[in-house]
Amino acid sequence: MPENSVSADLQTESHKMVEWTDFERDTIQDIFSRIEYDVVGPAALARCLVVYPWTQRYFGGFGNLYNAAAIKGNPMVSKHGTTILHGLDRAVKNMDDIKNTYAELSVLHSEKLHVDPDNFKLLADCLTIVVAAQLGNEFTGEVQAAFQKFLAVVVSSLGRQYH
Amino acid sequence: MSLSDKDKAAVVALWGKIGKSADVIGNDALSRMIVVYPETKTYFSHWPDLAPGSPHIKAHGKKVMGGIALAVTKIDDLKAGLFDLSEQHAYKLRVDPSNFKILNHCILVVISIMFPKEFTPEAHVSLDKFLSGVALALAERYR
Repeated sequence: MPENSVSADLQTESHKMVEWTDFERDTIQDIFSRIEYDVVGPAALARCLVVYPWTQRYFGGFGNLYNAAAIKGNPMVSKHGTTILHGLDRAVKNMDDIKNTYAELSVLHSEKLHVDPDNFKLLADCLTIVVAAQLGNEFTGEVQAAFQKFLAVVVSSLGRQYH
Repeated sequence: MSLSDKDKAAVVALWGKIGKSADVIGNDALSRMIVVYPETKTYFSHWPDLAPGSPHIKAHGKKVMGGIALAVTKIDDLKAGLFDLSEQHAYKLRVDPSNFKILNHCILVVISIMFPKEFTPEAHVSLDKFLSGVALALAERYR
C-alpha cells in the first residue's frame, strides 16, 4: 500500500463480485448527480498535483506547473480534470461491472501512459477531500465510506490490467 | 519530506484559524474514522458506546486534538517535542502506526468540510506533511 494513501485496498479475485448496499448505490448516484464535473474534476486534479508533486511526472506536456497558482490556472489541467470525472461516470453507470468497464482504460494507463497505479489512490484521496468540501455536512461518515469504497473499486479496476 | 519554513508558517497560520474548533474536529474525525474504517474499532472495545459523537468519542477526540495542538507548538522538532507521547503510544497504547495515516486522512476530510475556503491545496500539502511528521514522531519510540 503506498505511503501516502488510505483508500481501502480491495481484493479483486476474478470470481468475486463487488456487492453494493442500496444505501451505497443511492449515495453514489446522488453524489455524482449533484457535483459539478467541471469544478470538482479540475479542483481534484490540481490538488493532487500540488499535494503530491511527483504526480506531475505524467503531465510533462501540460506547460506551466511551476507553483500552485500556475497549476490551478492551467487550462490543460482543468480540461483533464473534467475528463477524469466524466471517466468516473462510466463506473457510476455500471456499478455492477466496474472491472470490465475499465479494462480498456487500465490497459491504456499501463501500456501507453505508464502510470504507477499507486497514483490512482492519491488522486482518489484528493477527490474525496474536494467532494467533502462540496457536500459539507452532508458528507457524513456513511457517505464517505460509500464514496471511498466506490473509488477503491475504480482504482482496483484501473490497476487490474497491469503486468 | 521534512517541513520547510513555508510549510511551518502555513500550518501555524491554518491552526490559528481552525484551532478553536479543535474539539469539534476531533469528535467528527474520530466518529468518522470508526464508520469509514471499522477495523479501527478494535482499539476501542473497552468503550460501551461507539456511536458517532458519543461521550467517549468526544472526550477522546479532544485528547487527540490536544496532541495535535501540542505538535503545532513543537513544529521545529516534532521528534523531541512528542517524545513522551511516542513512549505512551509505543509501550502503553501500541496503536499500529498505519492507523495514524487513517486518522490523519479523516482529520483532513473534516477540515475540508468545515473550512473549505481556508483548506486550499497549498494549506493541504503543508498540513499533510505536518500530520505525516506527527505520525512519524509518534512512531519513533516503537522499536
